[in-house]
Amino acid sequence: MSNFSNYLFKNKHLLLLFFLLPPLLWLSIIYLGSLLVFLFHSFFYLDGFTGKIVYKISLNTIIELFSSAANIDILIRTTILAAFVSIGAAIIGFPIAYYMAKFTSPKMKIFFYLAIMLPLWSSYLVRVYSWKLILAKEGILNWFFSKLHATWILDFILSMPVIGGPSLSISYLGMFLVFTYIWLPFMILPIHASLERVPNSLINASYDLGASKRQTFYKVILPLALPGIAAGSIFTFSLTLGDYIIPYIIGTSKFFIGQAVYTHQGVAGNIPLAAAFSLVPIAIMTIYIYVAKKLGAFNAL
Amino acid sequence: MSQKNWGHLMPSKKAFNLKKASLSLKLGAIIGILFLHIPLFLIILYAFTTEDKSYQFPPPGYTLKWFSIVLGREDIWSAVYLSIHVALVSTFAAIILGTLAAAALYKADFFGKQSITLLIILPIALPGIITGISLRSAYGVVGIPFSTWTIIISHATFCMVVVYNNVVARLRRTSPNIIQASMDLGANNFQTFFYIILPNLGTAILAGGMLAFALSFDEVIVTTFTAGQQTTLPIWMLSELIRPRQRPITNVVAVFIICITFIPILYASYVTRNTTDIEGSSK
Repeated sequence: MSNFSNYLFKNKHLLLLFFLLPPLLWLSIIYLGSLLVFLFHSFFYLDGFTGKIVYKISLNTIIELFSSAANIDILIRTTILAAFVSIGAAIIGFPIAYYMAKFTSPKMKIFFYLAIMLPLWSSYLVRVYSWKLILAKEGILNWFFSKLHATWILDFILSMPVIGGPSLSISYLGMFLVFTYIWLPFMILPIHASLERVPNSLINASYDLGASKRQTFYKVILPLALPGIAAGSIFTFSLTLGDYIIPYIIGTSKFFIGQAVYTHQGVAGNIPLAAAFSLVPIAIMTIYIYVAKKLGAFNAL
Repeated sequence: MSQKNWGHLMPSKKAFNLKKASLSLKLGAIIGILFLHIPLFLIILYAFTTEDKSYQFPPPGYTLKWFSIVLGREDIWSAVYLSIHVALVSTFAAIILGTLAAAALYKADFFGKQSITLLIILPIALPGIITGISLRSAYGVVGIPFSTWTIIISHATFCMVVVYNNVVARLRRTSPNIIQASMDLGANNFQTFFYIILPNLGTAILAGGMLAFALSFDEVIVTTFTAGQQTTLPIWMLSELIRPRQRPITNVVAVFIICITFIPILYASYVTRNTTDIEGSSK
């Protein structure tokens, strides 16, 4: 046994292979294998008469995806929502990240860190559920507005086109709130990481050279936080693109990419179209990550 | 030139003060943290409400009776057992696979390393629905019937990366000299492994495993596609979210889920408190 281990130690490559083989085999056979087989279905198509999958390579399904106005609507709607969620998360997340990176004592920092990690790792479903309680007609948000005698503000917002709806729990605004809430920690952590790397002396230098607080923020701090925001938006954007549970529970009856994938593979049995739909977020994210990499987002991770 | 014009070259009076954030920044940070946590507190509050037909706020009264009702619910207990079973076994598999991958990749540099790293991250980076459907159709093609094992295999696949991230971070900060020193002092490879390397990695593996457990315990999307007719706790929860039939029971179960995931997360950050191992971006 000891001889064997010595042999391994002396043959670094063999040792590497010995370590790498189990996880590599697991991931390539179980994961990558099934993933590629599924995605490859987008080159097959569903026979209109029999409802069976035709295993012939063609672009029929891809063409079907992009030639239907309803499908294009789904893609655009999901992308716009993902963009708004990313912007919303950046706006809410930035002050927390900035405060945490530059103004906290070590002890407070641990508190903030935990305050962000706990929601991040705690149950996704429970957190979605909590918003069902909040947005309900008899829930806390409506109670709060009525106590302030400001129900008219809420009614006004809900009467607005597109974002409004019959109630907060069946509106794009509600969905936006829930998505922003759920993915917020993914935005805070990378921004914090990028801001923590900005030396205080740099900020002092900006003040010393006569810049005002405002100028320092916009010309020094914000540009240096951009890679962090870009990195965070990779998460918020991609997670929103692929989610189907929040639109299902909070949303309107209008479909999003995740729901389209779910419906086509399930009830309709149209795996080719589901696969074609799945290719879209993957394609968008590949381009997005490429651009973010150019902006230096990966140094902030 | 008057002194005023030289003022900006003097040591600045406005020097960046680490103790003082502007009021608006403080407010922004506080509102952000409240935004993250009030929803969770609300769930705990609702677990005690006497109202069982709606989500009325403020609750008309408080009671403990829902807790005792949940305690007697067989279907919930079996969902809890299934979820814990799945989380324990898939965490075990993820620890072995993730640690091996970390040990192989942390220092080595070879052709294709980037692709392998990407492959490890991919199951968590791609939307869960894509992973879920892929695995589901693969089980179908190979002819594996849905069982606890199909869930476990799926969970281990995306939990691996959490362990990997924690262990790789620790290995990068562990000096290779201590391994050399152990060898020089006459320990063989196995002794070095068990007395030097493993204790060094111990807390990183433990923290990674804890997070993997939390991740598996409340995963719902991949589970939906690979569970067949079985009900894990998140699947039970999801069906209640879609069609609320037992609101007070759901509230109590939600509190239970919060507790059971908070414990491993807090523990993970406790055992790695002096390091920066747990990277949020790893989820």
